[in-house]
Amino acid sequence: MAYENLRSNARAQIVLGLITGVIFGFLLQKGGVTNYDVIIGQLLLTDFTVVEIMLSAIVVGMIGIFLMKSAGLVRLHVARGSLGATVVGGLIFGTGFAVLGYCPGTAAGAFGSGALDALVGMVGIAIGAGIFAHLYPALERSILKKGLFPADTIPELIGVKPGIVVVGAIVLIIGVLYLLAVLGL
Amino acid sequence: MIEWLTMESWSPYIVGAGIGVLIWTTFLLSDRPLGASTAYAKSAGMAESVLSRGKTEQMPYYQKVVPTIDWQWMILIGLVIGGFLSAYLSGTFTILVVPPVFAEAFGTDAIFRSAVALTGGLVLGLGARWAGGCTSGHGISGTLQLSLASWVAAICFFVGGIIVAGLIFGFSFM
Repeated sequence: MAYENLRSNARAQIVLGLITGVIFGFLLQKGGVTNYDVIIGQLLLTDFTVVEIMLSAIVVGMIGIFLMKSAGLVRLHVARGSLGATVVGGLIFGTGFAVLGYCPGTAAGAFGSGALDALVGMVGIAIGAGIFAHLYPALERSILKKGLFPADTIPELIGVKPGIVVVGAIVLIIGVLYLLAVLGL
Repeated sequence: MIEWLTMESWSPYIVGAGIGVLIWTTFLLSDRPLGASTAYAKSAGMAESVLSRGKTEQMPYYQKVVPTIDWQWMILIGLVIGGFLSAYLSGTFTILVVPPVFAEAFGTDAIFRSAVALTGGLVLGLGARWAGGCTSGHGISGTLQLSLASWVAAICFFVGGIIVAGLIFGFSFM
């Protein structure tokens, strides 16, 4: 691949990671989602900024990733989920999301913009991740592989060509964004 | 250009599109999806290896997620700097411990807010690693690849979050 040298250059990747993080943090802050009140507003369904940003990112990201994939420039990074890992973990995450009022990325951006409760939250996230690392062997044996999903991707699951699912997903998401705008959320 | 950078906020569509384009670059230049929660696991591993000398590296999870300063870890540092730059340029940088909505419901005690944030963060970090990603890794980078696990995870993040936020603050739609 054309970018193999860059991708395997550890030092260049450290710089790229930093630049990517700075742009990401800048965008999240400008979008208002480093604000506790905006995130809680989303979870209380009174402010849809978080969902609007996520859906816009998904549409734009999806178009570029699938175009570059068909040109052989990038590969997908998807992993098989399961009820025990994805659903249980997702619900635990949701609980922490509502209690902290930030997610792992927005907490870091929020700390940068002066929210010290977000810094405390970041310490908590690291402790929680560390606890998971200790529990991992036991969880891997017991719950994480329970109810393994039948496919890695939605196109595989429904047996439709990825290109068609991409177009369908984009139409659907733009419809949802339009609806949110019309409803004034 | 400079007016753009000093604006207090941008349209969510512009911000979202920007994140989408940023993800093109992470796939193209780094062969990676954009995520934030792995960096926390790396941080925990690095903190632990300082304390326990050697044992940490042998833990199965840290063989998978190597606790080292790399692309993934730098994302977290960058997020803090980017958040600062944006807030500073728009003149909205403010030191704050208790956010207004929290203060309205539970008062302005900084220790109480910190205890809640620490507990919430712990649950969040556990859940993020359990589910294999967070709002960015699963919620944006995974869903845009049409990953089944990421769509299920993103839905569970919001289902869990909406229920618990409703229990804490009262359901606004009831």
